Amino acid sequence: VPDDMEAVPVVIEVNGRMIRSRVEPRLTLADWLREECLLTGTHLGCEHGVCGACTVLLDGRAVRSCLILCAQADGASVTTVEGLAPGPAQLSPVQQAFMECHGLQCGFCTPGFVISVTAFLAENPAPTEVEIAEALSGNLCRCTGYQGIFQAVRKAAETLRDRQIVPENS
Amino acid sequence: VKLRSFRLHRPEAVGDAVDLVARFGDDAKVIAGGQSLLPLLALRLTHFNDLVDINLVDSLSGVDLDDNDLVIGAMTRQADAESSAQVERSLPLISRALKHVGHFQIRNRGTVGGSLAHADPSSELPAVALALEASMEIVGPKGLRRVPADGFFVDRWTTTLGSDEILASVRLPVRGGRRGFAIREVARRNGDFAMAGAVCAVTVADGRVDRAAVSLFGVDRTPLLRPQVAAELTGRPVHDLTRPDFDELGVLAAADLDPPDDVHATGTYRRAVSALLIGDALQSAVEEAASA
Repeated sequence: VPDDMEAVPVVIEVNGRMIRSRVEPRLTLADWLREECLLTGTHLGCEHGVCGACTVLLDGRAVRSCLILCAQADGASVTTVEGLAPGPAQLSPVQQAFMECHGLQCGFCTPGFVISVTAFLAENPAPTEVEIAEALSGNLCRCTGYQGIFQAVRKAAETLRDRQIVPENS
Repeated sequence: VKLRSFRLHRPEAVGDAVDLVARFGDDAKVIAGGQSLLPLLALRLTHFNDLVDINLVDSLSGVDLDDNDLVIGAMTRQADAESSAQVERSLPLISRALKHVGHFQIRNRGTVGGSLAHADPSSELPAVALALEASMEIVGPKGLRRVPADGFFVDRWTTTLGSDEILASVRLPVRGGRRGFAIREVARRNGDFAMAGAVCAVTVADGRVDRAAVSLFGVDRTPLLRPQVAAELTGRPVHDLTRPDFDELGVLAAADLDPPDDVHATGTYRRAVSALLIGDALQSAVEEAASA
């Protein structure tokens, strides 16, 4: 093991706030978010890219935060599940749909699902059933049997489509 | 933390990246998207004292058409290649194959070059590179060299890339005429490692198969070309070819396979399903070319 393991400086925008930090090269973005930023909404299941619980938005794209080094996120913008709601005591359309459709039971996988679905619907606001299944295939849920999650995606898509009719600044 | 300590180098120029890998040799590993390397590090299945991160080397990203070759930079994200209009127009097989690579969250980070250089036997892009007669553009201390895909994959997770070299791009010839492509695979879920898969590329001229290439993945230590099947198909009139012919070719292509047994599937199953996938891919590619 190299003995000159220098911590590296990073500046990362997390949920709209610029955070400066010094990190060990081996620290993953997921561990940094949880342990340094205390944003424990990003969950760690498998820690090797299979379960999807740690999914976050990196520069707007859904990625596994356990498969990115924190040092590699230097200069990037990260959105975690804590950053999705428009304000305190409010939910994003995807979060609201998960709640209403029982898209969760124990909730462990939920942050990853919510982030993945948020990114997916931003690109594809009118998905087919097959497209929904494919979009959900990168996240594992051991409780729900996925039916509630499917329903939540349909519902969220509907909400987002309805909203798009209203002009942005009205 | 799960990973053992390492030094992280983040060069911005290809030359600096090559200098670093040349300096550290086998102690160093290039990290691109990291979607295969980081799991291996997290599980402590492997370790390198120095990681050379090429994410900041802008010149390694992008898609270009150069003299009838499609050139995809090694750092090009799989998701970007997948949605590239240039890739779709030039070689739609690549766009189709990429949809099978991991999940969309993985493809947002994973790179085209990373998948090729990692050379997992069950991954799609190496087999696609073989079927499309790609060449790997490799930079090292002595400059650029090109290696045909056929000579690049030597063993499981092993290529002819030297420890002082970096895969810079993959160059794929874009052929004119009536072309057809297909990729078929069997996996437990979308995005999972394939238990077996087949890739087919054909061109049709004057009502006959003019060129054909068939490659397989997930059935051996490297992706495999099936030249005997390609030869068997070449010259055949497309309108005489029926499903039994494609099935027969599939059986021929799979006959000498000896795929591994593992928890996901037995070797016998892999061989049997390969024959079907090959037949299916051949038929689909030939029909696409015939109606192009």
